[in-house]
Amino acid sequence: MGQQFVIPSDLEDARRVQEEIESAVKPFFTEGDAFAVKMAVEESLVNAIKHGNQMDRAKSVRVQLDISPEAVAVHITDEGPGFNPDDVPDPTAPENLERPCGRGLLLIRYYMSDVSFRNSGRTIVLTKNRKK
Amino acid sequence: MSKPRRLEVEDSGDISVVNFVDKKILDEQNIQMIGDDLFRLVDELGRRKIILNFGNVEFLSSAALGKLITMNRKVQAVRGKLILCNITKEIREVFEITKLDKLFTITGDEQSALQAF
Repeated sequence: MGQQFVIPSDLEDARRVQEEIESAVKPFFTEGDAFAVKMAVEESLVNAIKHGNQMDRAKSVRVQLDISPEAVAVHITDEGPGFNPDDVPDPTAPENLERPCGRGLLLIRYYMSDVSFRNSGRTIVLTKNRKK
Repeated sequence: MSKPRRLEVEDSGDISVVNFVDKKILDEQNIQMIGDDLFRLVDELGRRKIILNFGNVEFLSSAALGKLITMNRKVQAVRGKLILCNITKEIREVFEITKLDKLFTITGDEQSALQAF
């Protein structure tokens, strides 16, 4: 089952996509895993809009949701310059612990079964396996 | 149009107990308003002992964590104390993953938070 969304760089639109994804995946997951997907999608959408597209409404974010019996996969693509995920500082390092931002990627990686980047960092692929 | 309230604050002696109106703390504008309301407690109302009760909160994003960190710093700057309580298992885990459970004082229920001052 696949669904596609294309939204402008607007957090309100992101909220609507987030809610659609939430209802689509809810029947397939435990409460804890549904929370995990919601957290990873929320953080990825905000990253795409704020850091990728720099809130430029003329730029879009594309979201592809694929649900299979084994897993849920979400591709989120922005139109920004891309980034290298290895350049993101570790927010749990003592010197970064009090920084007010920079925790999104850490949470995404923790909650997903697999996270990969394509297209020079413009696309993030989130995969959450379903427990057998 | 008046600004919708995002926090409910009750004073118990010199301790302010803050409850969140929103179940989900993620919308940028809401987080900004929550931050402003929290900062006002310290900056304008001079509160030094503050409890944040998360009993109503089911979800929060990393942007909300940023505001809580700034709030914690603000309270520490006036030699006050900020305590977080009544946090769901899922949100508690968010604090643990980000190691913010080491930065904040977190207690179980509101009663234990009141006793922690």
